[in-house]
Amino acid sequence: MGIFAKMASANKVGARNRPLSPHLQIWRWGPAMLVSILHRVTGGGLSVVGLAVLLWWLGALASGPAAYATFSAVMGAWYGKVVLVGLTWAFFQHLCTGLRHFVLDMGAGYELESNARWSVLTIVISVVLTAGVWACILAR
Amino acid sequence: MGNGTSIGRVRGLGSAHSGASNWLQERLTGIASLVVSLYLLFSLLMMPSINYLTVRAWLVHPLPATAMVLFVIVNFWHARSGLLVVIEDYVHEAGSAFAARAALNFVAFGGAAFGILTTVRLALGA
Repeated sequence: MGIFAKMASANKVGARNRPLSPHLQIWRWGPAMLVSILHRVTGGGLSVVGLAVLLWWLGALASGPAAYATFSAVMGAWYGKVVLVGLTWAFFQHLCTGLRHFVLDMGAGYELESNARWSVLTIVISVVLTAGVWACILAR
Repeated sequence: MGNGTSIGRVRGLGSAHSGASNWLQERLTGIASLVVSLYLLFSLLMMPSINYLTVRAWLVHPLPATAMVLFVIVNFWHARSGLLVVIEDYVHEAGSAFAARAALNFVAFGGAAFGILTTVRLALGA
């Protein structure tokens, strides 16, 4: 075996046995970690479920009253409402943590206390806004 | 990884020098999505109901139709940028990562095309 082939095979072994960085189970949970994970989870949920519901809604609108009635029936049922309330919350949570990321991108908000405070506030604000939107919907 | 060593450069490892564009697109589409989403949310909340005739009558107007087309473009773009990062983080095998990125692009462009077509169709009164 030539020297380069030896180096290449040693590299492969190295890549397999490379130590992994500690993951979720080893860190102590804190607000910043929680909302960082929530940002990714809500983003994924909005991308998959949210955009699917959006396309179904637009498709039903374009297809006619019968298709729209099917869409309304599913979204009006309890499981449909659970999905819609979940999407509303995911939207506001992703919006709030997204704005938090803008602040962090600018290099601000890393002091432990304010970082934790704004992390918790994103959840409080998203829950309040979700309740507000659904209060408007149910009141009309 | 090839940390700037000559063999690493030959193998094409190390920085791709193009990551910043996806990062910036994610931020810009995020801001755009914020504006358009809030406009559409307020419009829908102002409507007496969201039954077929009400929504249709609203969406045929130029401003809501434009907002809806922008909403579709901006959110599929934003979702694509975000999910691209998720794939980079969790799919480590090069072949699977390539397949996942390809699938993401197909779904994002296909979904956006459907969303734009349905809105334009309604706006043009079909």
